[in-house]
Amino acid sequence: MDKTRSDILQGTLDLMVLKTLDATGAQHGYGIARRIEQLSEDALQINQGTIYLCLIRLVQRKWISAEWGTSENNRKAKFYAITRAGRKQLAAETDNWERVSGVIGRVLQLARR
Amino acid sequence: MLSRLTQAAARVRALFRSRALDRDFAQELESHVEMLTQDNLRRGMTPEDARRAAVIRVGGQTSMQEQHREARGLPALETFLQDLRYGVRTLRRDPGFTVFAVLIVGLGVGASSTIFSVVNTLLLQPLPFADADRLVWVANNLGEGLSAETVQSGYLVELRERNTSFSDLAAYSAHYGEGDRKLTGHGDPERLTSLPVSQNFFPLLGIQPQLGRSFTKEECAENGPRAVMLSDGLWRRRFSADPSIVGRAITLNENAVTVVGVLPASFDFAAVFAPGGRIDLYSPLAFTPRLHRRGNTLSIIGRLKPGVTVSQARGEVTGRIAQMRRDHADWNEITPKVIGLDERVSGRFRSALIVLVCAVGVVMLIVCANLSNLLLARTAARQKEMAVRAALGAGRGRLIRQMLTESLVLSGAGALLGLALAVAGTTLMSRMQGVSMPMLGSVSVDLRALGFTTLIAILTGFAFGLLPALQVPAVATQDRLKENGRGSTGGPRQAWTRAALVVAEIAFACVLLVGAGLLIRSFLRVMDLDLGYRPQQAAALRIDPGREYSTREKRNAYYDEALRRVREIPGVDGAGLTDALPLGRNRSWNSGAKGQVYSEAHPPPETFVRVISDGYLKAMGIPLIAGRDFTPADTTGTSRVILINETMARTLWPGKDPIGQTVIYVDPEREVIGVVGDVRHLALEQTSGPEMYLPIRQSDDYSSVDLVVRTTLPPGSLASAVRAALAQLDPSVPANAFRPLQNRVDKAISPRKFVALLLAGFAAFALVLASLGIYGVISYSVTQRTQELGIRLALGASSRELQGRILWQTLRLAAIGLVIGVFGSVLLARALSGLLFGVTPADPVTFLGMTALLAAVAAIAGYLPARRVSRINPTIALRGE
Repeated sequence: MDKTRSDILQGTLDLMVLKTLDATGAQHGYGIARRIEQLSEDALQINQGTIYLCLIRLVQRKWISAEWGTSENNRKAKFYAITRAGRKQLAAETDNWERVSGVIGRVLQLARR
Repeated sequence: MLSRLTQAAARVRALFRSRALDRDFAQELESHVEMLTQDNLRRGMTPEDARRAAVIRVGGQTSMQEQHREARGLPALETFLQDLRYGVRTLRRDPGFTVFAVLIVGLGVGASSTIFSVVNTLLLQPLPFADADRLVWVANNLGEGLSAETVQSGYLVELRERNTSFSDLAAYSAHYGEGDRKLTGHGDPERLTSLPVSQNFFPLLGIQPQLGRSFTKEECAENGPRAVMLSDGLWRRRFSADPSIVGRAITLNENAVTVVGVLPASFDFAAVFAPGGRIDLYSPLAFTPRLHRRGNTLSIIGRLKPGVTVSQARGEVTGRIAQMRRDHADWNEITPKVIGLDERVSGRFRSALIVLVCAVGVVMLIVCANLSNLLLARTAARQKEMAVRAALGAGRGRLIRQMLTESLVLSGAGALLGLALAVAGTTLMSRMQGVSMPMLGSVSVDLRALGFTTLIAILTGFAFGLLPALQVPAVATQDRLKENGRGSTGGPRQAWTRAALVVAEIAFACVLLVGAGLLIRSFLRVMDLDLGYRPQQAAALRIDPGREYSTREKRNAYYDEALRRVREIPGVDGAGLTDALPLGRNRSWNSGAKGQVYSEAHPPPETFVRVISDGYLKAMGIPLIAGRDFTPADTTGTSRVILINETMARTLWPGKDPIGQTVIYVDPEREVIGVVGDVRHLALEQTSGPEMYLPIRQSDDYSSVDLVVRTTLPPGSLASAVRAALAQLDPSVPANAFRPLQNRVDKAISPRKFVALLLAGFAAFALVLASLGIYGVISYSVTQRTQELGIRLALGASSRELQGRILWQTLRLAAIGLVIGVFGSVLLARALSGLLFGVTPADPVTFLGMTALLAAVAAIAGYLPARRVSRINPTIALRGE
């Protein structure tokens, strides 16, 4: 496994999953994985199983909730939905991310000059 | 932060639902793969490819499960639990090893903690009194015997007034007699032991009565109101813990005495000052001129003022008493001795206890050596397993953790067993009756000692349990596997370590065996001693005449009648009276030979005095060497006579016939009518000094009367027969009062027996461990060398020859161990010399016997595995594994 890539994902995957669920409403693991890949225009090729490690973490922190249900093509699947605490966390994390990425962007531009 | 807590809680919960969560996740994963497969099909893949691509994209099922478990649970704890399960399973697969390892660790930890707990109570803990470190013992140091160790009351009275070192000084009368008070009118009559104590005795020790109060000044004055305090034991036993007893009167020796208080259960005078005995009552002691005239009677306890040291106090006491001697020429001789009270109480046992601590320490070392040896043997056996596991991808850290867990299981189980044994051991010690060692009753498990010994066992387990994991260097894994198991001997270094451990075990075992041997031989020597009397088949009973026998004539008539009736009982071979039984109370007077001039420089000898009746010598089995015994005719009005022992005869009239000579200074002089054998009166190990016997019918100077009966009757029927015989004379003879003389001897020998038996137990344990150690090493080496031995057999060596070689290997180990051990034993024996009796520290019988025993055991332990050589079939052995 490519270690660097999974490390990058560790920090940001939580945020992406929360954002995805916030945008789409209740969604199963496969759907979340597909959507992240689509949105990133397949730049992020994740090992799809990894998404579940992230999901269980978020469930345990009560930022998302999980429930068994039926998928669009009538298949049993576990659906995840963002909770109120999850939205708060998402807002906080988004702010944080923007600030940090802004700082990093400026530093990198400075370095380029 | 809060979300982290929620997560932690969820993780813990996940541990318990592991299986359900696994199933759930498997389903989820499966539906994911399904959906992905569908999408792949839509993209135009063949069904097979679609599925395969989906599985690859999601990640391996097992690996995902594993990662999921780690993400949701507590991986460290789960690994530990897994290791624990694995460890328990491994250990269960090898029950012989496991049971043995747990047993030796348990026995080692149990024995050490028990002994450390005893030592802690006796030597390390302060005495059970307030600020016990400031209490000192003030005594006389004239020689042996109570009269030589106690102080005349005048000295105490003046010392209390004048000293500057003590905040106070209290005293008790050391000449109290066992069963001095007869309790009547309250159920069955019973003889109780009463200790006379000064008014400030309990306040000085910091003891508060649990009920009522201590004695008042009035009660401790001459002819003051009669008062008594009860011990907690008596109060519960005889008065069913009735609190209203305080203030009421009970009948003691036919006097009404008011109970003023009950002492707390935590205060046990006898356990501290007179171990093995019992005090039921405390009575007030008055410092009267009459007490002073009785001579040396007091044992004194002082409380030092803050900042005053024992040696400062000793200096002051010595000076003041020298002054008092000059002021009062007629007072008794005194050589003051001032020591810490703790030294007085446990000083005598210090060396014995230190020996036991060393012994148990050595036992612990042997346990550790043996455990190491066992684990090392396993190391070799498990190296292949380790290599396989490493090859299958177990990290080195993981293997180490696994081994540590296994050792922990092993030592943990051992420690648990040890705890159980320590609890049992200390309980046994505290319940032991009649062992005259102080404060045994309050021994309980010392947790620090238990913790310490357990820690040692666990550390040993860790240190040697780790080896198998450490010896798997990642690179060497392949070589190990290729080696076909044969080469996994651990190499010469490990063999050397194991041999060294065995040598150490033998050396330690040798030291313990020799120590135990010396003590047991001393014990047997003491048992074999001619005590000067025959305690077997003799029993004693207090029959002090009651108050109605108010004159000597009446008392003599009572004695005549009592002796006549008892002697008529069938089965009674002899009966006599005495005021002092051997190993019981003792007092000494000066005595001299008429015609001899005595002076300060040449004082008349201190002589132990006993008041007896006719028939006492026969009842006790004391031999009459010359002259005649007393008869009932030696009474008031007839010529004043005396019996002396051989030592006194030799001292006063060396080389002359003592019969017919006159002893002076004994109220005021008496004619020697006979010489009797010496009696070991003070202690079993001690020869007696000069002893003299006065006829009871010519004396009023005694404070108790014991009837000694020699009989073949069992004690039970003897008691009822004697009671029936005496019923008319005294209807209140207590039923419980018959004491076989042998009990007194047993009690006196009990500390020696205690130490000897414990040490013998340790030595036996050490011997077993050492022999198992040898067996293990030799057995292992035979197994390892099967192929080599097979080749030798094939080349024509006889199996007998090979056995001889292996035996020789064993004996070489044993010999090295024995040489070191004997050297250690010599050192130990020298330290033991104070505890020995009748054997020298270099006792050749013990040294030769014990080394021979150890060598023989070693030879057998080596021979058993060596015998396997004859079963080796060369063809099979050569074919290899």
